[in-house]
Amino acid sequence: MDQFTLNLIVVGLSFALYFGIAIWARAGSTSEFYAAGQGVPPVMNGMATGADWMSAASFISMAGIIAFGGYESSAYLMGWTGGYVLLALLLAPYLRKFGKFTVPEFVGDRFYSGGARLMAVVCLIIISVTYVIGQMTGVGVTFARFLEVSTSTGLYIGAAVVFAYAVLGGMKGITYTQVAQYVVLIIAYTIPALFISLSLTGNFLPQLGLIGGYAPSGGDVAFLEKLDAVVTELGFKAYTADSSNYFNMFLFTMSLMIGTAGLPHVIIRFFTVPKVADARSSAGWALVFIALLYTVAPAVGSMARLNLTTTMWPAAVTGSAFDGPAITRADIDAKPELSWIRTWEKTGLLKMVDKNGDGQIQYVNEPADLAANTKALDAAAAELAKAADADKAAIEAKIAELTTAREGVIATATVGSTGKTFAEMGLNGNELVTVNNDIMVLANPEIAALPGWVVALVAAGALAAALSTAAGLLLAISSAISHDLIKGTINPNISEKGELLAARISMAFAIVLATYLGLNPPGFAAQTVALAFGLAAATIFPVLMMGIFSSRINKEGAIMGMIVGLLFTSIYIFIFKGWFFIPGTNNLPDTPDQYFFGISPLSIGTIGAVLNFVTAFVVSSITKAPPKEVVELVESIRVPKGAGAAQAH
Amino acid sequence: MADKTSSNAYWAANIRIILISLAIWFACSFGLGIILRPALSGIHIGGADLGFWFAQNGSIYVFIVLIFAYAAKMNKLDKEHGVQE
Repeated sequence: MDQFTLNLIVVGLSFALYFGIAIWARAGSTSEFYAAGQGVPPVMNGMATGADWMSAASFISMAGIIAFGGYESSAYLMGWTGGYVLLALLLAPYLRKFGKFTVPEFVGDRFYSGGARLMAVVCLIIISVTYVIGQMTGVGVTFARFLEVSTSTGLYIGAAVVFAYAVLGGMKGITYTQVAQYVVLIIAYTIPALFISLSLTGNFLPQLGLIGGYAPSGGDVAFLEKLDAVVTELGFKAYTADSSNYFNMFLFTMSLMIGTAGLPHVIIRFFTVPKVADARSSAGWALVFIALLYTVAPAVGSMARLNLTTTMWPAAVTGSAFDGPAITRADIDAKPELSWIRTWEKTGLLKMVDKNGDGQIQYVNEPADLAANTKALDAAAAELAKAADADKAAIEAKIAELTTAREGVIATATVGSTGKTFAEMGLNGNELVTVNNDIMVLANPEIAALPGWVVALVAAGALAAALSTAAGLLLAISSAISHDLIKGTINPNISEKGELLAARISMAFAIVLATYLGLNPPGFAAQTVALAFGLAAATIFPVLMMGIFSSRINKEGAIMGMIVGLLFTSIYIFIFKGWFFIPGTNNLPDTPDQYFFGISPLSIGTIGAVLNFVTAFVVSSITKAPPKEVVELVESIRVPKGAGAAQAH
Repeated sequence: MADKTSSNAYWAANIRIILISLAIWFACSFGLGIILRPALSGIHIGGADLGFWFAQNGSIYVFIVLIFAYAAKMNKLDKEHGVQE
């Protein structure tokens, strides 16, 4: 059986499973649609929350980011897990006690204002829509690679699947489907990791492999030491090297933590448990299931990096990279075990150019001056391809000039830690010109030469991760529209049946919008996801926390706080990433030397949150205190006793 | 709201548990994983230095234990003050 048929069967089976569950768990009431009748036990809710939370970014991108970022990327690991501590301690039990369906509903009641509720709806929709775009593009890419259809066809298939089970089943259907999706994605993620860890370190558990010895050299050298030695020899930053900016790493980690705790689609999971005590332990169970992937991810990233490097430099397995020749173009084209390189080259996510024409592909890091020359040459070549005939001569002259300058740079720039220049080594720069972060996890089983069904499983796992998150986001969007906007503001007398219909229609509308934006993304998915976290950190998290822990914050303070957090954070991101992510509209270049106090746009959510808190306190202290009923509401959510009875299902 | 003093004592005890938990949360991630890493680079866990291990694996284990410990403490506190469901 060929790989394509195998992919089709495994992915098809997983989809059939999701459909079956959705039909079995059809939602009949709004309570079942929004909150699964609040009858989901904590362990199962934790598993569903894990699937809901672990998106295409966690499954596909994170290990790749860690592979190339090393220690500095730990911010993702700590940030995306530490947020659950904040959820368990500061938000989940109190919001469950409040006993309603949506985040804006709490904001509206606590701050006794339709305006505050509307402001929360606006924040929620911006956050969830930007986040869902990333999932839809993830679905498209995975389908395109494994089912060999175009990215847009893949997107349509994915949208149809989500539409079917999310619209039918609501939260109840989504919750039980997510339990199945969790099982698929965690098996798909860990199986390749176990085998790779065993072969590289002799440890079956990747968590132990990461800190274990390097097996091919007898285990005397630590795996991380070996990795550091190999990458620094080629001129890259050591894998375990210190962060270049601890202040920014601190703020980035904090942004991801409070952003996680402020994501509406994660928060609504805690409305679905039977009791307040269950909301606390549910967060713990969610983190257990998330940690199964997150503690494996650093091993996956570091081992994929070493495997990639030793594939390019076979001599590096036991000694120095330069002891033997680099991988040759002829081998890549002929050897079956290197066929994954050819498949990924077709997608453009992996690119090699034999610049010195010696038949080998030498993978090294280019020092700054050489990298600048390479960038200028690439830009000129791209310009030449598009230029009108009349302009071509000028561009060709520029290329000739740059090529001459390159000879001078080659003669002085040194290759990694060898002490020899590129000219002495016979090199003309780095020849592995593109390695996209996202291929590391998807190509992992192929790099490690694992059987075909594992490759198919990884495809099904990546789809499960993206689809489960998309479904959770769509539910958050539809409940905000039908429950908060239509029932809460426009037509309070709507019947339950009418509201359920409105929820389904708004979910269908959200899927169409997400598909459209997935086909025409306004910017790179990673940038839009950064905006989602920054805004969740700067708007939703502070307003919820102040609503619970202070009875003095009033509606004026809450609304002003949200506005300040929203505007400050989005403007700072747009200045560097382009207004509404339209390329070329940024006011300042997106480079660390331009950032204010070295704070990157990814980390700005922390500052936005601080401004939100400060604004809310100052405005509240100079305006009227909240009415008596609100003070009583705050007191009542602080004690677990008297939470609504759970509904059986 | 029947017993105001008891409910105030419950809330004060709750805040104390939250603050202690947050201190541990901060220490294992931002503390050991980021701020103190250079100072502790001499201590090793297997093939990794202490700060690196906490940043990539250790802090996550602490988070899990922390949430369950917090949940257990709170359940006990709920019973002591008679506010459990």
